[in-house]
Amino acid sequence: MKTLRSLALGLAVSTGLALVPAAGFAAGASDTDAERQARWTEIATSIFGDRKIEPTESLIKVDAPARAMDAALVPITLTMPEKDRIKGVHFIIDDNPSPYAAHFTFGPAADPGELKLRVRINNYTNVHAVAETTDGQLYEAAKFVKASGGCSAPMGMSDEEAMRGMGDMKMKFSGDAQSGKPVEATLMIRHPNFSGMQMNQVTRDYTPARYINKLTVSYGDANVFTMDGDISISSNPVINFAFVPKGSGPIKVAATDNQGGQWQHSFTAPSPSN
Amino acid sequence: MTGLLSRREAVFGGLCLCCLPTLGRAAAETFEMREVGPGIYVRCGPHEEASARNDDAIANIGFIVGRDGVLVTESGGSLADGAWLRAEIRKRTEKPIRHVVLTHVHPDHCFGAAAFAEDKPAFIGHHALRAALDARGDYYRQRLVDILGPEKAGSVVYPTQAVTDGAEIDLGDRTLRLTAHGTAHTNCDLSMIDTASGLLFPADLLFVNRVPSLDGSLLGWLREAERLKATGAARAVPGHGPASVDLAPALADLTRYLGLLRDETRKAIAEDVPIEKAVQTVAQSERDRWVLFDAYNGRNVTQAFKELEWE
Repeated sequence: MKTLRSLALGLAVSTGLALVPAAGFAAGASDTDAERQARWTEIATSIFGDRKIEPTESLIKVDAPARAMDAALVPITLTMPEKDRIKGVHFIIDDNPSPYAAHFTFGPAADPGELKLRVRINNYTNVHAVAETTDGQLYEAAKFVKASGGCSAPMGMSDEEAMRGMGDMKMKFSGDAQSGKPVEATLMIRHPNFSGMQMNQVTRDYTPARYINKLTVSYGDANVFTMDGDISISSNPVINFAFVPKGSGPIKVAATDNQGGQWQHSFTAPSPSN
Repeated sequence: MTGLLSRREAVFGGLCLCCLPTLGRAAAETFEMREVGPGIYVRCGPHEEASARNDDAIANIGFIVGRDGVLVTESGGSLADGAWLRAEIRKRTEKPIRHVVLTHVHPDHCFGAAAFAEDKPAFIGHHALRAALDARGDYYRQRLVDILGPEKAGSVVYPTQAVTDGAEIDLGDRTLRLTAHGTAHTNCDLSMIDTASGLLFPADLLFVNRVPSLDGSLLGWLREAERLKATGAARAVPGHGPASVDLAPALADLTRYLGLLRDETRKAIAEDVPIEKAVQTVAQSERDRWVLFDAYNGRNVTQAFKELEWE
């Protein structure tokens, strides 16, 4: 994991310059399927080594708009119908400067049937979701998304404005809690998630990457999920997930960012009333 | 459905003939300046996206001739567009070009400014424009270079005079009163009223026929629209749309759309409608009232959702 992270960030820095389409690295709308497949193979190897990844149509599905309306906020839905078999999910945006967007690991309090997140997409690209099953197998699904400039697009008008309220959180629940039945939750976090590719207005330099790199959500003493995040997660991250309320809450969220920021919040979760 | 379609055709063909796309020709060559008030000239841009064919000459740009000199109300969308505007000014007056107003950070409004460098005018902008250009200028320039090529794109020009709250510019026989607005269409919107004619220049705080694009604050824009109304001006030169319009009905159209965007986005958030659904459903009843609706409404909903979900 360590080496992959540094690899990812190295790419992020170098492609700050590769925004100019002429640059050799820049992937484009015109890439052939073979070129895209080669890129995916390379990325998959860097993340999973020589582990085999099977294509699947049943274990995981990716929903994303075919053409992003806002490249800096592309809503992604991951569906895992056979949820009892799912241990974790990896989400990769092949042509982003730092492709490995997020890795979710589910805990005993999770209901891993559906997960939603919002990401930045920098180019016409395949996005890959890789599900890891409880028996250690990997399964992949992909979707092609047309977007451009999501990582480098200036987000707010000033860094200061973007950092206001950093670490604030909100959580919304939907549906009534019943014992053993999953509850859907939406977690919102104030954080600029600077990609490292946005120009700082004062220094005329790139704002250093500052992103949530670890997020842990638990219900009572049981883990719901842990997310390792990267620069491809949109600013002010919003994550939809589900958990199974057993016993009493609260829901606890702990977030850290790559510059040492740490935040913890506790939310009163709906608990089974019967 | 036929009725709706003909409505859309009416928007294209009936209300704004000068905004028809000029097929097969470089757009800037076929544009013309219209005198919309005494000494006030406006070129209205077509409802298109920036392209190699239109030189990003898509906004309403123009100038005002006063006793002592010329004020450029909007500079154009590229160096090429700005140079065209400068040539149009020189066809009509030899007076010095003393002021170039940069109404906000968007490239279709401020990338013509470089064409006026030799005139050494005062470049006038909102106090937040410099920071906004710092954050986005290079990015916009690169995108324009990609579309138009480096010769036509132009460079980032910074304001030399920043307006905080309000300012006045005296052209000798007429005065322009400027207002720096709170975050609305963008965070650096500047409007202007000409005391001689009473004509309001709201720039992109007022879109007519072309769907408004939200890049600042939805609630802020609705507030600033009230301030425009409170000026009491009868006529206005919108940032996009006909060369001049009656202000009240144009503002009513704008605020109807923005109000609906606010109300339906709030409703979606309250009902746990996810953002990916909201972009497809919110404000759809406005679809046949605006040109380029499908290109911008989803993004506007995304912006609105981001702003309102923290309420």
